[in-house]
Amino acid sequence: MLSNYMPFVGLFVLAAAFALFSVAAAPYVGPRRYNQAKLEAYECGIEPVDQPLTGGRFPVKFYLTAMLFIVFDIEIVFLYPWAVSNEALGVFGLVEMAVFIATVFIAYAYVWRRGGLEWD
Amino acid sequence: MGASPVLDTARFDTVAVDAINAPDFSLAGITPLLCVFGAAAVGVLVEAFAPRNVRHPVQVAVALAGTLGALVACVLLAGTREVTAAQALAVDGAGLFLQATIAGLGALSILLFAERSLDPARSSFVASAAVPAGSARDRELMTAQRVQTEVYPLATFAIAGMMLFTAANDLLIMFVALEVLSLPLYLLAGMARRRRLLSQEAALKYFLLGAFASAFFLYGLALVYGSTGSVQLADIRAAGLEDSTSTLPVIGLGLLIVGLMFKASVAPFHTWTPDVYQGSPTPVTAFMAACTKVAAFGAILRLLYVAFGDSEWTWRPLVYGIAIVSMLVGAVLGLTQTDVKRMLAYSSIAHAGFLLTGVLGLGPGGTGSGLQATMFYLLAYGISTVGVFAVVTLVRDGDGEATHLSQWAGLARRSPLTAAIMTLFLLALAGIPLTSGFIGKFTVFRAAIEQGAWPLVVVALVASAIAAFYYLKLVVLMYFSDPAEDGPTVGVPGLPTTIVLAVTVSATLVLGVVPGAVLELAERAAIFGA
Repeated sequence: MLSNYMPFVGLFVLAAAFALFSVAAAPYVGPRRYNQAKLEAYECGIEPVDQPLTGGRFPVKFYLTAMLFIVFDIEIVFLYPWAVSNEALGVFGLVEMAVFIATVFIAYAYVWRRGGLEWD
Repeated sequence: MGASPVLDTARFDTVAVDAINAPDFSLAGITPLLCVFGAAAVGVLVEAFAPRNVRHPVQVAVALAGTLGALVACVLLAGTREVTAAQALAVDGAGLFLQATIAGLGALSILLFAERSLDPARSSFVASAAVPAGSARDRELMTAQRVQTEVYPLATFAIAGMMLFTAANDLLIMFVALEVLSLPLYLLAGMARRRRLLSQEAALKYFLLGAFASAFFLYGLALVYGSTGSVQLADIRAAGLEDSTSTLPVIGLGLLIVGLMFKASVAPFHTWTPDVYQGSPTPVTAFMAACTKVAAFGAILRLLYVAFGDSEWTWRPLVYGIAIVSMLVGAVLGLTQTDVKRMLAYSSIAHAGFLLTGVLGLGPGGTGSGLQATMFYLLAYGISTVGVFAVVTLVRDGDGEATHLSQWAGLARRSPLTAAIMTLFLLALAGIPLTSGFIGKFTVFRAAIEQGAWPLVVVALVASAIAAFYYLKLVVLMYFSDPAEDGPTVGVPGLPTTIVLAVTVSATLVLGVVPGAVLELAERAAIFGA
C-alpha cells in the first residue's frame, strides 16, 4: 500500500535536491552583472504601483475589479466540464447551462448598470 | 512501474467518462425554491433597469410574490415524498412544512422592511451603505428621503438559501445553502439607517464569526466524507456507526453540529447573537431571529435524524448538554439586560435550548414525536418573534427606536393597544397558557419525556421560570411605572406593519387556543424521506 507512494517520495527528494543544488551552485558558476531591474520584486511584467504617500492603502476599486474577475472567471470553470461531456448530458445539459449563463448575465447586467465597470 | 495503481491511466479514463451524467430532476418538487430564487433574480434585474422612483414598490411586490408563491407551492405539494436532483434535495413532509414556515415568516419580514411611515426618513435602511458614517454625504442622505431597495433581493436570496437549507439531502448542498443564506444576512445586518457604526460593527462581527463557523462545518463535512465515503445523508446513514471505535465520523459530526448550532444561536456558540440583534435594523433582526432559526433547526433535524438517526449515541449526550447550557445562559443572562433587543436576543438563545429539548424526542427506529413537536415550536416561536420585533419598531424617540428598557416605562398609558400587543407576545415567549408558546413548550417537553429525558425537562422548566421573570419585568414596567417626561412616542404604523401585527397577534392566539389543526398538520408532515 505505502509502496505505491514511493514514486512521490522519490520525486520530492529529487525536487529538494535540485533546489538545494541550484541555490548552492549559483554563486559559484553564475555571472554577476547588477542592474536596476534586478532589485524589483519581479524581473518581468508590469512594474509595481507605488504606495500612496498618505499611507499604505490602495483604492478599493482594485478589490472590486478582482472580485468581478472571480465571478466571471468561475463561469468558465463550469463551462469546461459541460463542454467535455455535452453528448452524455444532451438537451438537459444544454438547457441547464443556458439557465446558468443567464443568471451570470443577470449579475453582469447589475454590475454594468450600477457603474461597477467604470474606473472613475 | 506501469502496473502500479497510481499510474494506471486506463482506470482514470473510465472514471472521467462515467462521472458526469444528466441527473434525474423533478422540477415540480422544487417549485417553492424556484419561486424564491426566481424572485431574487428578478429583483436584481429591477435594481439594474427600473428607474429609481418606481423601484421600491416593484421590489416589494416581487419579493412578496416570490415568498407567497413559494408558500402556495409548498401547500400544493403537500404529501409529496421524493428525493430529486441526484439525491441532493429531499421533498418531504418535514421539508415542505419548514419551507412553508420560512416563506410565510419571510413574507412578514419583507412587509416590515417595506414600512415607510414610521421613520421620518421613510425607511429603516441606510440610503447608501458605502458612504462613511458621519461624513458630510452621510448627513445629507440622512435627511433625504432616498431609500435603499437592494435589501429586497438580498432578503429574497437569504430566504431562498434558508429554504434550500431545510431541503438539503447532501452535506455539500447544505453547505452551499448555508453560504447563500448567510452572505446576504451579513450585509443586511450592517444597513441600519440610524446608529450606523453599531450596525456596521454587528455586520463585521457576524461575518467574522459566521465565516469561522462555516469553516467548522466544512471541516466536519470533510471528516464525515473521509470516514463514510459519501456526502449524501442516506449513504452516511447506510455506512453505519454501530462500531463505537469509529472516532472519525463522530468528530466530524461534532464539527458539523458546531457549524449548525452557530446559525441557530445556541449557547455556547451564541456570543454574536446579542450584538448582532442589537446592531441590525430591527426588521432584519426580526427576519434573522425567526427565519434563520427555522432554517438552522431544519438542517439540524435533517442531519441528526436522517444521517445519524440510527446512531443516536453519537449525538444525544452532546445535544443534551448543549440544550442545558443554552437554556440556562439565555434565561440567566437575559435577566441582566437593559436593552429590549438584547433581552430578546437572550430570549432567542433560551428558546434554542427549548427547541433542542424537542430535537431529543427521537425514539428508536424513528419513532417519537420530536420532529413534529420541534416543527410546531418553530412555527409558534417564529410568529411571536416577528410580532415582538414589529412592536419594537413602533416605540421611537427623536433618535430612532427607543430600545432602552427604562424608555418603555409607562408605555401602557401612552398607547394601551401597543402595550397590550407587546404583552401578548411576551406571554407567548414566556409560554403562558392560551398562547402559542405554551402549546409549543408543552409539545417539545412531552416529546422529550417520552424518550426518558425528564431531567432535561426539569431544567427546562426552571429555565422557563427564570426567563418568565424578565418578560414579566417588561410587562410590569409598561403597566405599573410612571412614564418619563421626555419618553418615547409610539409611532402610527403604516399598512405593512399593521398587517404583520394583525397576522402575528391572531396566529399567536389561534395557535394557543385551538392548536389542534396545526398540531395535526405537523404530525402528518413529520416525515423525512431520505
